[in-house]
Amino acid sequence: MSPVTPQHASSARGRLELTRWSVVRGVLRQRALNWVLMTLALLGFAVAILAGLAGTAVGSANFGIVFVWIVWWGLLMCVLLPLGGRAWCLICPVPAPGEWVQRGALVRPPVAGEVGLPLAISAPDRPINGLPFTLGWRWPTRLRGIWLQNIGFLGVALFSTVILTQPWITGWVLLGFLVGALGLALLFERRAFCRYVCPVGGFIGLYSLLAPLELRVKDPVVCQNHWTKECYLGSASGYGCPWLEQPWRLDRNAYCGLCGECLRTCPKDNVAVSVRWPGTDLLMARGWRLDEAYKAFIMLACAAIYPVVLLGPWGWLKAWANLDWLPGFGLYAAAFLALNLVGVPGAHLGIAALVRRAVGLREVPLGQLFVALAYPLVPLGLAAWLAFTLSFVFANLSYALPVLSDPFGWGWNLLGTRDVAWQPWLAGGVLILQTLLLIAGMVGAIGTADGVLRQFAGGRRAVWGLAIQALLLTGETIFFLWLYLGALA
Amino acid sequence: MRRGIVLVVFLALGAVVLLAPWPVPAPRASEREIVIRGRQYAYAPGVFRVSQGERVTMVLEAEDVTHGLYVDGYGVDLVAVPGRPARASFVADREGKFRLRCSKVCGSLHPFMLGELIVEPNGPWWRAVGLTILTAAGTVTYLTVGRAGARREVSA
Repeated sequence: MSPVTPQHASSARGRLELTRWSVVRGVLRQRALNWVLMTLALLGFAVAILAGLAGTAVGSANFGIVFVWIVWWGLLMCVLLPLGGRAWCLICPVPAPGEWVQRGALVRPPVAGEVGLPLAISAPDRPINGLPFTLGWRWPTRLRGIWLQNIGFLGVALFSTVILTQPWITGWVLLGFLVGALGLALLFERRAFCRYVCPVGGFIGLYSLLAPLELRVKDPVVCQNHWTKECYLGSASGYGCPWLEQPWRLDRNAYCGLCGECLRTCPKDNVAVSVRWPGTDLLMARGWRLDEAYKAFIMLACAAIYPVVLLGPWGWLKAWANLDWLPGFGLYAAAFLALNLVGVPGAHLGIAALVRRAVGLREVPLGQLFVALAYPLVPLGLAAWLAFTLSFVFANLSYALPVLSDPFGWGWNLLGTRDVAWQPWLAGGVLILQTLLLIAGMVGAIGTADGVLRQFAGGRRAVWGLAIQALLLTGETIFFLWLYLGALA
Repeated sequence: MRRGIVLVVFLALGAVVLLAPWPVPAPRASEREIVIRGRQYAYAPGVFRVSQGERVTMVLEAEDVTHGLYVDGYGVDLVAVPGRPARASFVADREGKFRLRCSKVCGSLHPFMLGELIVEPNGPWWRAVGLTILTAAGTVTYLTVGRAGARREVSA
């Protein structure tokens, strides 16, 4: 038996266990909690799809555009993700129909015969449960990781100018998410769509590493001596982890959807939801991976491209990104993909090589250092996305009031707010918030770089590496500040 | 202890960067008229610069459909229909970058029809740059001092 050190336990120093309070524990263990949240979200989602497909073509008067790309996006980026990590995944309606069909149930736990055998954990080609409405295939090994999510995100991001502004396209995209998740649920086990395909889930997972909220086992030793693993296989109290995580091994937020099933199934009461110091997961070297590193680069690149394209003063660039002129869009797409896939990763590869040389890490493969040094981009990237989100969310949030009264643009006035005029909110304060967020993101990034480098080298040598990283991160922060405070032309 | 000193020193320097008076010439009391043409989905010019203290008259001409022009931070709001320009005057008494936004729905990309007013000297931008560099230097110093301290403790 391998030794387990207690520092990963959620009761360790620096964590406040929220589930020690019976009210919190009771609410999170309620089976109906997920159903209520997902059903409410699904209703909103359905209205958004309907509005997109059948409502007005004017984006700023269409529920699909305003409530998805302004209200939901603002809530996700400014509140749920920074504070709750994957909290959105608990609410998200996209996997709901598929999961309900898979289980043949909305709320109830598995009945006798649906719970798999412990043996299935070590038999990867065998369906691990006997749920009635899915073929229960294992996700192909070659497609594991978040590469598909990276590709999906790049696809959505490339066409984002039309998706964000054309209601019918938003409607079809949302419907595509729903149908895709349902289709995969019928073929594959558990939430394969969320885990391996969802373009949104990819970046939520990466940025959830930074969140101050975590779900972990309290004491790994308890799990080591407990062989029935209800948290993974399910029991009469709940389903096995829908995210295909083995909770007793959880030491990062990236792929835990916070659904709470393991809280319900653990017979040892050994699962806890806690508040911890933000960014703790970033230094978990065991989880550093190239696909996640690429996600960090893609997110950073997009956080730089969007303000230029969407918030910049260049009409021709918006027209290109909006597919108004196909050769122009071709140029835009080439530049977009080159920057995302080659430019930003290439620049960071060069810096990693410089750090390796300066610190004298000849024994460390460059690829390993390159991946590790992508993780400091998580706090900076999230700050850059927050800054971008603040730019357009507060400026356009007032569109939500008329849309609430007339979601389809059909002339309704349900709440009497249809004629509320557009007014940008917090116009003066946004720049200050953006500046503070970007500087905080940079501090987090430099701190993470320090923590990463300490795992490779100590002493004075590592200081040179930190100095190089700090220069890079400072330059990137100033670039982002320039997008919001400097003159773009 | 040494970390505490680093923190205090850099906080003090940060306060200087934020609060120190900007060494610039006194604001000019001149006037300027700027004609801005609005067309889906950009203004021309997209960026215009004025000096702090100038009285600015903005004339908005809509070239295709009705466009608006809202100036963040100044609250100026113009609406022009094709053939009927709109104008408004204000004193550019606050320095910095202020976005111009179309305030009348003008098409699919309307929320992203933006321009920029730069009231020079753009103090907030330069102060933010200074604060960023200072914060980065302070963070590295803080972490490095901490590391040196930890090494001494270990060797002791």
